[in-house]
Amino acid sequence: MPDAGTLCVGTLALGVSRAYRFNLNGSRLEAGERQLAIEDIRLAFGGVQALRGVTDEVRQGEIHAIIGPNGAGKTSLLNCISGLYRPQQGSIRFFDGDRDHELTKAAPSSTARWGIARTFQNIELFQHMTVLENLMLGRHVHMHHRLWRSLLFVGPAREQEIGQRELVEEVIDFLEIQAVRSKPVGSLAYGFQKRVELGRALAMQPALLLLDEPMAGMNAEEKEDMARYILDVNQLAGITVILIEHDMGVVMDISDSVSVLDFGELVASGSPDEVSQHPKVIEAYLGEAAAR
Amino acid sequence: MSTFIQLTVNGLANGAILALAALGFVLIFKATGVVNFAQGEFLLIGAYIVWAGVVTLGLHWVVAVLLGVAVAVVMGIVIERSVLRPMVGESAIAVIMVTIGLSAVLRSLVQGIWGTTLRRMPEIVPETSVSLLGAPFPVNRLWAIGIALVALGGFALFFRKSHYGVAMRAVADDQQAAMVMGISVRRIFAMSWALAAVSAVFGGTLVAIMIGVSIEVATFGLLVFAVVIVGGLDSIPGALLGGLIIGLTRQYVGGYIDPGLGEVIPYIVLVLVLLVKPYGLFGEVRIERV
Repeated sequence: MPDAGTLCVGTLALGVSRAYRFNLNGSRLEAGERQLAIEDIRLAFGGVQALRGVTDEVRQGEIHAIIGPNGAGKTSLLNCISGLYRPQQGSIRFFDGDRDHELTKAAPSSTARWGIARTFQNIELFQHMTVLENLMLGRHVHMHHRLWRSLLFVGPAREQEIGQRELVEEVIDFLEIQAVRSKPVGSLAYGFQKRVELGRALAMQPALLLLDEPMAGMNAEEKEDMARYILDVNQLAGITVILIEHDMGVVMDISDSVSVLDFGELVASGSPDEVSQHPKVIEAYLGEAAAR
Repeated sequence: MSTFIQLTVNGLANGAILALAALGFVLIFKATGVVNFAQGEFLLIGAYIVWAGVVTLGLHWVVAVLLGVAVAVVMGIVIERSVLRPMVGESAIAVIMVTIGLSAVLRSLVQGIWGTTLRRMPEIVPETSVSLLGAPFPVNRLWAIGIALVALGGFALFFRKSHYGVAMRAVADDQQAAMVMGISVRRIFAMSWALAAVSAVFGGTLVAIMIGVSIEVATFGLLVFAVVIVGGLDSIPGALLGGLIIGLTRQYVGGYIDPGLGEVIPYIVLVLVLLVKPYGLFGEVRIERV
């Protein structure tokens, strides 16, 4: 793992200096081991080819950015990983120590149980519930559901709730959303909602965290905060992050590896430096003339 | 004064039962987005199962109600699985037509098995009269209010406290997000249908205690539409308030003005509310941009 002391985001030096009481990382792999193997994924909606044979790889403990112009298939790829879309062809293997999972045929409820958490580009929170309730729903897969006991809310059901609550409180502290914890999410400012959505994903103790444009629509200060949270989650908790983001400054600063999609194809992949020098990337972003 | 008390007690009893019946309707609409036109027939089946349990099988009424609950759970799951799931993604009108068809099938099934004679529900609650401030009224109305309130309270607690209840609210709120939380949306759909059918066992039995066991139970269930539209299709407090409004106005208008008008007044209230609040008193306002 890289040095977690000081990290630079843009021009701001950020100290990462807290320890977790709970291990938020749900993965059993060692850092650097292969965690996700995407192979020849093809996804079409009628005549529209969203993904045309994408092959990629993500290692435990890295921040892996997926970039590309609008409509390049970034979100589609994320949806394939979390089980919301079923690709017509290809495989996505998710490794978790002794148990491996094939994600292309799994329902989202299964991928969630295996430790894949995500946020959405257009916030998908439970708008009518409070921040705390939203985060507690992140614990859903970790709760044991005995119908009758949970109906009566006695004994183990109550103790379990208290146990889960401690972890959720830690996430609330970490994201600095104590002040709004009992407010209905629908009433919160946009930046807070984005943070709550990250919190809900973290409450799942994920092995793999998928973030779809976590900084979209934020001002510079909010972006820095969000970047700090993401780094913190990755560096201290050791959670693997797959990130879709349009802000190139942020992407180049915080990610360990970058994949570039264009028209549903993977055009480049590698370290941020390698990718930014890649002629196809320059072409995709700045047009053909600039690449020449 | 004594007329007023009688009408009020009757109105509250009707209202509480309507609220319970409406709860099942709201549950299905909230969680799955389906407008269930067969909710009245769910009441009908509930009433008949409990009646058959007590009269035909000679069970104690508690056992008969439990049997009713068990049948309702199975029926709810089977209907969701076989009738509604193939309709996922179809237009709202198509789904509504299917539930109308379902109501016709369930109604015929009941008439096919038990015929059309009016039967008396055996004495589950005392059938004596008590007098309150000089007004005599059957004590079973009070029982109906009490049982309906306990059942409503139980459901409310279920939604607030139990994991399944919270998961149900989550699915109602945002299906996609619920899925990535690891909640099985299919299971929640099946569960909403089962719970709606269970609430109908209680509702149907209470209706049958007051008006007897016959197809009329389903007709009473038709009032559920007035209740949920007044209260808001997706609001549980709305179902409660709507039930009381419809139950009381029906009694007051029927008692003081004209019994015939009393039958119509729920739908007049319905139209008036829709004119002022198109989404019902507590319904969520949906703004659709085209």
